[in-house]
Formats: sequence, structure tokens, C-alpha cells
Amino acid sequence: MLEITEGSHAVAKAVKMSRPQVIAAYPITPQTHIVETLADMVADCELDAEYITVESEFSALSACLGASAAGSRTYSATTSQGLALMFEVCFNVSGMRLPVVMTIANRALGAPLSIWNDQQDSISLRDCGWLQFYAEDNQEATDLHYIAYKVAENPEVLLPAFVCFDGFILSHTYEPVDMLTQEDVDRFLPPYKPVQKLDADDPISMGMYATPDYYLEFRYEHDQAMKRAKNAISKAGKEFGEMFGRDYSALVEGYRVEDAETAIIAIGSLCGTVKDAIDEMRTAGKKVGLLKIRCFRPFPADEIRDALSHVKRVAVLDKNISVGAKGAVAIEVRDALYGKTMPVLGYVLGLGGRDVRISDIKNIVSLAESGKGDQFYGLRTEVL
Amino acid sequence: MRELRIHGRGGQGSVTAAELIAVAAFEGGVYAQAFPAFGVERRGAPVQAFVRFNDHTIRLRSQVYEPDYIIVQDSTLIRDVNVFLGVKPGGIVIVNSGKKVDASVPAGVKLITIDATSIALEVLGLPITNTTLMGAFAAASGEIKFSALENALRHRFPGELAEKNIRAAKKAYEIVKGDA
Repeated sequence: MLEITEGSHAVAKAVKMSRPQVIAAYPITPQTHIVETLADMVADCELDAEYITVESEFSALSACLGASAAGSRTYSATTSQGLALMFEVCFNVSGMRLPVVMTIANRALGAPLSIWNDQQDSISLRDCGWLQFYAEDNQEATDLHYIAYKVAENPEVLLPAFVCFDGFILSHTYEPVDMLTQEDVDRFLPPYKPVQKLDADDPISMGMYATPDYYLEFRYEHDQAMKRAKNAISKAGKEFGEMFGRDYSALVEGYRVEDAETAIIAIGSLCGTVKDAIDEMRTAGKKVGLLKIRCFRPFPADEIRDALSHVKRVAVLDKNISVGAKGAVAIEVRDALYGKTMPVLGYVLGLGGRDVRISDIKNIVSLAESGKGDQFYGLRTEVL
Repeated sequence: MRELRIHGRGGQGSVTAAELIAVAAFEGGVYAQAFPAFGVERRGAPVQAFVRFNDHTIRLRSQVYEPDYIIVQDSTLIRDVNVFLGVKPGGIVIVNSGKKVDASVPAGVKLITIDATSIALEVLGLPITNTTLMGAFAAASGEIKFSALENALRHRFPGELAEKNIRAAKKAYEIVKGDA
């Protein structure tokens, strides 16, 4: 049913209907409303889950690791410095192949301190072996949680997942969201059946020591699982579409890109503003389109190559910077298009909550048309 | 698409006002989007909150620069912030003030002043003016029905607190309707 609600509340409801058995989280702006709401739901007996209060994000994800290893469906949420504090545990969760799902309310990293949005936090953890989904709006933010659990727990995959949505821009926005019912969610997402778990009656070791004779193979298997996740995402996304009318089978989604000369690539809530800008530019006769990356890990290199082989130029928008190199998405898109001749130009923008307007997107398209790119966009002139 | 920008100070309930206006608009079949822009998260600091109203899905995520409507919860902000910036011709500006506002709005923009602080003090016993100004907004803009505003307030606040806020909103609604 369509209802108007805050993004964080919509996500909390989706998490509740996913029936997590263990939740461990530490509050941090702008993620706080999600975990506050879930804590209320547990306290009010609306959600039959163990809510573990912890003293840090490191402990939050460690508790999820243990609970998941014991066979529970587990959930956490964090952002920014909180995610940074989880760095070590993130690698352990994925290396132990535990399907924890965690919401990231994307926020900039300090220093300097910023509570506002960019995607430096989750993008910086691109190598930690978790699936990474990014939501354009709060509808996607809620739906992607069901997809994330389904894919993460698929025995062909068994990997944890980040569901990322832009802090404040989505987390604190009231807008209409079509919420599924508990019955709907139960039909799509059956209870978690672990392939193996910690069990005192049938003991096993998990997360053991790997000698140089075996470590390489563990990493290979991890990478293979991530590659298999593509099929699992397509399958789960298609099934979701057949059940509820919103198809998430594609890892990338085009908007007016089929006949575009300039393709913009973006991630997250920026895609909405880009779509409005594209409509205005199309009216003015410019052939511009968008390719939205919904799933950043596994990286949809083949899908990007297939979707963009015809375009004259690609403008990649990055709300992150790999300092000393470029925006991470631009680097990977250029790699995906290796051997193609069109320029792939990167623009780092919107860091630390700097607003991005329709006029900015139009300016970037003009820059791309004149071959200027691989730069920060929207800097104050005094630093130039 | 129509856009509203609310200027207030931390603690005055600007974000709540934006949310409740969006909820009320949604009840009327409008696609609404409400979101905040915090400066620093503390009482007294300037805060903005935004609402968009549309007849179909809203994709735009930037802040509001050319509003159709502006609400100013605290007239002392006028000294520090250009609260009228970008207002569209034909737009409506509602300022909470018991005195004549010492600022000129752009030509073609309607300025409504209402002493929301006095109404809030009288009805609520607190100088929190967001719900009073929501009543003024409903009357001035026609974007939301007063009955939808009542429902939104009852959904957000418990029992007598909701009724008090509705009375404050109603008072402002009737003053602005009466002036129109």
C-alpha cells in the first residue's frame, strides 16, 4: 500500500518484515532513525528479534558475525566513521561467507567532520567482499533489503550485503513508498536455512587459519561467489518484479540511453536529479541519457559495456574520491570500456553534502562535450 | 510542481512542519516530498526544510532555490539570511511577526504576516509556532485541506497535545482566510 513516510522508517519496516532474528547496531547520524525504530519494534514486541545494544560499531558487526555463524538472519546499519570502525569485521564476515545485511545511510568521512552525504564510506569498502546495492529513492531503498537477503542467503552466493541509500537526502525524506505486507514478504523471502552453522552438538570451526597453501584458494572462491551473485540478483530481481511489479533484475538501468550521444553514469539518489536534467536537455535537442548503477558489487562491467557501446562519450559522476587517483566509479567504468574509443570522463562532485542541481548536470554535459573531465566539479574559486 | 521553503531555528519544528505538510498533501492525492537541510544540529541555529508538491512522482533531490511558498518562523532570521531569495513571481511569503516586517519582498510576491508566537503562547503555552504557521499555510496556499492537516497532527501527537495544536492552527487558518 502506498504510504508517505520517512525513508529511515520505511527501511526499518522493510527490515522488520524481513524477520531478522538478531539485530546489533550502534546509533550514528544519519542512520539513527532506522535503529531507533527497530529498537522500539523489538521493545513493543512487534518484532521477535534479539536486539543487542553494543558500545561501538566494531562490536555491533562482531555480534552480527557470531549470530550469523550460529545460523540466524542478522541485521545492522551504520554510516561513515561507524563503517570505518567496522573495517576489520567486514572482511571477516564476508570471508566467513556469512549473509549479514547492513544498511548504509551514506555519509562523508572525516576529517574534516561532516555529517552530510556522499558515498565515500561504502565506496571505500568496495574491496571488502560484500555485495553493494545503491538506492535511487526510498521505494528502491526498501525493496532492495528483501532482494539483498534473498541474494545473500542464496547457497550459490553466501555473501553479506550493503544496502546503501544517501544519508539525509533519502534517509530523512518523507515521500510515498509502496510498502509490501508481511504476507508478501514471507512469500518472497522464506526463513534463512544456513548451509552450515555453529552447533555444539555438531561442532565445526569457522574463520580458521589459512596457510599460504590455501589462502589464495579462499580468495578465489570468494571472488567466484561474488561473480555468481550476478545471476542470483537477476533471478531474485525478476521474481520480485513478477510478484510485486517492480523488476530489479538488472544491475544497471538505462534512462533514455538507447540513442544517447552522451551517457551519464551515476549511483544513488543523484540519478533522480540526473533524469530531470536529461528530460530538459532532451527537450532542448541534446541526446543525453543515464546509466544508473544499482549494483556496484558485483561490478556490472559487461552490462555497462553492452549498454554504452554506441555512445560518443561517457560522463561518470562520483560522490567519492580515491585521493591521488580519481573517483572510484570512473576508474571502474573506464576499465569496463577498455578497448572502446569513446572518452570516459570523471567528475567528483557533491562531497560532504554539497548540493547537486539540474544546472550542475547540464554544465557537466557541456564539459564532457568539450572533452574536459577527470576533475572536481563545483569547487569554490578561492582554492583554484 | 510547487515548492515550499521553511526558514526557522533549530528547536522551532521546521522539519516537523515540512513533514506534516507533506503528509497532509499526500492525503489530498498529491505526490509530496519533504526533507530538511540542517546547518549545525543544535537549538537556535538556522534550519531550512523543504516540501515539493506534484501530480506525479518527484525525482528531483536538490534543495529548493525558487520556491512558490516561503514560511519564516522567526523574523529575526531576516537580518541574517536572505529568506526571500529566489521566490517566484506570484509566490506567497508567510512571516511570523507581531510587527510590520522591516523588509521588502520582491515585486509580485504576496507577504502575509501573522503573530504566530502570540497564538502559540496563548493556545499551547509555548512559543513553538510550526503548527500555527501550518494553519496559515493551508489557508494562504490551498495546497492542503485543513481536515488533512488535522489528521496529520492527530497522527503525530497524542490526545490533548494534538487538539491544542489543531486549535492553534485553526486560529491562524481563520485569520488568514479572513484577510483574504
